[in-house]
Amino acid sequence: MPYVIRFFQFWYDFVVGDDWSVAAGVLAALVVTFVLARHGVAAWWLLPACVIVVLFTSLRRSIRRSG
Amino acid sequence: MGSIFLIMAAFLASAVEMVEALTIVLAVGVTRGWRSTAIGTLTATVALAACVAVVGPALVRVPIDALRLVVGVLLLVFGLQWLRKAILRASGHKALHDEDAVFRHELEGARRAGTAVRAGMDWYAFTVAFKGVFLEGLEVAFIVLTFGSAQGNLPLAAAGAAAAIVLVGVAGVLVHRPLSRVPENSLKFMVGVLLTTFGIFWSVEGTGIAWPGSDAAILGVLGLVVLSSCGLTMYLRYERKRVPAPALVAGDRGS
Repeated sequence: MPYVIRFFQFWYDFVVGDDWSVAAGVLAALVVTFVLARHGVAAWWLLPACVIVVLFTSLRRSIRRSG
Repeated sequence: MGSIFLIMAAFLASAVEMVEALTIVLAVGVTRGWRSTAIGTLTATVALAACVAVVGPALVRVPIDALRLVVGVLLLVFGLQWLRKAILRASGHKALHDEDAVFRHELEGARRAGTAVRAGMDWYAFTVAFKGVFLEGLEVAFIVLTFGSAQGNLPLAAAGAAAAIVLVGVAGVLVHRPLSRVPENSLKFMVGVLLTTFGIFWSVEGTGIAWPGSDAAILGVLGLVVLSSCGLTMYLRYERKRVPAPALVAGDRGS
């Protein structure tokens, strides 16, 4: 069992890294984009905008944590 | 156009990760001898090539829309990690990767470790070389697999990565010391930008939305990511000068 946990832990660290909020923000933005697409709204602009906001907040959080 | 970005991302990511792997291999080889180190390096390279050869053809069979959605999200999250760390380094909030310091650290570790020769192999040298090359190479394999399969051209991505491995390998043999002059952070910044750009592009396509201008929209997304990243770097650099210097962001795992 510990091997299975370690396996998933490794891939989580590998893909998501040390700030889970980036992955959470990206997924949330994508879900909203998907829902809007199902309602006929071509929200191609939403994800790029959210990515910039997510990146900015993640950078601020990293700096605040170190300070 | 996509092919140029594909080969560029695979080449740059591979080059920068191989520079880091080379530092470890050199430190172990110089201290513990080259035979076991070379076998460890070769085994890791074969293992990585096998991963790409096994997973690659399976990915190609996944329907392209589903593949681009999954790959897009993975590339985006993974690429943002690279970009985040590159921006923190470029703005002075995180220490730059110092290959000379890593080399000295690995050299010290290899000297202190006891000799455990079994079956004619120095297992310390084998394990450290294997782990170094495999773990650094895994990021490259991930990029080659995701980027290559979503672009529908896995061989081109593999060729880009292989070219970088050969180039760094030859440079390492010629110079015989860590390639500390390679601008690692700039390369990581570029790779982060490319992964984020294609991650955004494919994720949105995967939801069923068509980009205005079709594939040409990649250039627009690229421009937006470049401008935002440079803007954030300048802003954080300005803030660091304005406010008394806080401690550097810790941790240097992965990218």
